[in-house]
Amino acid sequence: MAEMETTYNFKEVMGRKERLAPGHRMCAGCGGTVAVRAVLRALRPEDRAVVGNATGCLEVSSFMYPYTAYEDSYIHNAFENAGATLSGVETAYRVLQKKGKVKENYKFITFGGDGGTYDIGFQSLSGAMERGHDMVYVCYDNGAYMNTGTQRSSATPQFADTTTTPAGTVSDGKVQVRKDLTAIMAEHHIPYAAQTTFTANFKDLHEKAQKAIYTPGAAFLNVMSPCPRGWGYDASELMNICKLAVETCYWPLYEVADGKWILNYKPKNKLPVEDFLRPQKRFRHLFAPGRENLIALFQAEVDKRWEDLQGRCG
Amino acid sequence: MAIRERLSGNEAVAYAIRQINPDVMPAFPITPSTEIPQYVANDMANGKIDTEFIHVESEHSAMSAAIGAAAAGARVVTATSSCGMALMWEELYVAASDRLPVVLALVNRALSGPININADHSDSMGARDSGWIQIYAESNQEVYDNFLQAYPIAEHEAVRLPVMICQDGFITSHGVENILLLEDEKVREFVGEYCPAHYLLNADEPMAVGPYAVSAYYMETKRAQREAMIRAKRVILETAERFARLTGRKYGFFEEYRLEDADYAIVIIGSAAGTCKAAVDEIRSATGKKVGLLKIRVFRPFPEEELAMALRDKKAVAVLDRSEMFAAAGGPLGAEVRAALYSVKSRTEFVNYFYGLGGRDITVEDFKEVYRKLEELSKTHEVRDMYAYIGLRE
Repeated sequence: MAEMETTYNFKEVMGRKERLAPGHRMCAGCGGTVAVRAVLRALRPEDRAVVGNATGCLEVSSFMYPYTAYEDSYIHNAFENAGATLSGVETAYRVLQKKGKVKENYKFITFGGDGGTYDIGFQSLSGAMERGHDMVYVCYDNGAYMNTGTQRSSATPQFADTTTTPAGTVSDGKVQVRKDLTAIMAEHHIPYAAQTTFTANFKDLHEKAQKAIYTPGAAFLNVMSPCPRGWGYDASELMNICKLAVETCYWPLYEVADGKWILNYKPKNKLPVEDFLRPQKRFRHLFAPGRENLIALFQAEVDKRWEDLQGRCG
Repeated sequence: MAIRERLSGNEAVAYAIRQINPDVMPAFPITPSTEIPQYVANDMANGKIDTEFIHVESEHSAMSAAIGAAAAGARVVTATSSCGMALMWEELYVAASDRLPVVLALVNRALSGPININADHSDSMGARDSGWIQIYAESNQEVYDNFLQAYPIAEHEAVRLPVMICQDGFITSHGVENILLLEDEKVREFVGEYCPAHYLLNADEPMAVGPYAVSAYYMETKRAQREAMIRAKRVILETAERFARLTGRKYGFFEEYRLEDADYAIVIIGSAAGTCKAAVDEIRSATGKKVGLLKIRVFRPFPEEELAMALRDKKAVAVLDRSEMFAAAGGPLGAEVRAALYSVKSRTEFVNYFYGLGGRDITVEDFKEVYRKLEELSKTHEVRDMYAYIGLRE
């Protein structure tokens, strides 16, 4: 394994040259761009990269012809094939390197939203990971198809009000619980899988991105990346929403390295999940009189998964 | 000296792939093209080829990975058939729009449903508007020769478009025929090294591929593709000339078989042309009637003008389509040939037939009957059944 930075130097990391240039068209308060910038910051400044991207908000807002926001080479192909596309790029690199046609050191990172990753691109992702390409697949998970206007995905939490699972007089929002994609990817027995989000100093995300990029072989990173429009929070509340997701154990920080499950953070006082739900408009209906049981059901699901994760992490 | 061998069409393609030694081959098995990746994998396993195989989990991923690898700067090949290509559909358009010279060995097979594994052209005809160059073969020799010409056409700076080299499933893909092969050095010299102008792994020039193009830009990208397709006509002929100098085997947009003095002409694509030639020979020697054949080799770009000039003065022309397009009218080849004749104000009588769907046989007798009907048509000037099926069980 490549040598990792041993200590996290916030000032140095944040001072690195941005590899996603400003001027793109993502929304204010969008978690997607925060995730991309944070992941790319984990590249050694001297290393080159090819960045891949599934169709989605990020793609249509960061590479609108004739402008690209990426300092590195970049490829968008379609919605459901970011995994396969980058596996082609990575394979080409190995061949051209062997033939002496490419001499520089390249890393391969692809981004997809939960639509392109959990759902339509799931097969392509699974194939790319199973084949063991030396690449990182990063899901910026905002829990719905935001690019087309907040339709539910398999990453959408239960009871969320989306445009295809609207809460109404006879509907409580989305019926099903979330797919646990990070665990599914870990079960591919790839060298590295992790889930993270934005913590106050970005240490967790930075270190995981670094491990994902510099661990040889396939790696998967699931970054919870809130969406102010789809979740219904004020843009300035982004970091607070992430903190509540972690402190309620709705979105635990953990990693699976070489088959070893590691819990990276255990809250001292696990907050009730309604603290995470209350600031978001997509859960507003849960706080209406007569629907108290829904929050209890949501809490039970969080608790069950949290127990299970702790068990796996020993 | 050419190498004399006996190979199936799939073996011939795999032989050409070994000689060309492309960088990357993503592929997913589907009958009847499965043997091609198998043969290539076998060459890899025995160190005969440097190609890296990507064992993709679907044809959609095969073309997606092909696009990624080609954009990265690699020479890429893949192979498929039928539903495999249907699953690639979206990606066929992306490959063409990204101007990537991917080469696809297509072994034509009927699309489902009902599921059927035998030859017809519904797969490639369905993809005729995807922006790919399409070159068809009658025999194993032509499959091999076309495949060798694919990269010089696709990668030419005036073209930069993907190419599909089509052959009829089982009929040529699995039928073994005598074949003349070129020596490896000659192939490598003819095909040349791939040196892309722009690619992702060029450290001196990072690039971005696959933009979101709003309506202010989208139309220009389509126009650029069209211009490339127009320029491809010249490059296809130049490549064929260079190939003829190397092998003595001549190729154009189409083959004219005893057509020049013919009164009655059949237009066809693919392996059935061989059967039609037998009918032409038999009719001519038995009756002296002037019958001929025009066999399309290049369907995209469509050689509209050249084809119209070759057919304009015939008394009657029958176009035989090996795929339905459910227009409740003609088939794809019929519609385009008819439009081409209109463009030169030809008054030739015209009829469109369907044959060979899902691998249904067509015989010498069937072709003789078509010629008989053409003769009748030239006298009655009355088309009785414009879109008849040949060999249908009534």
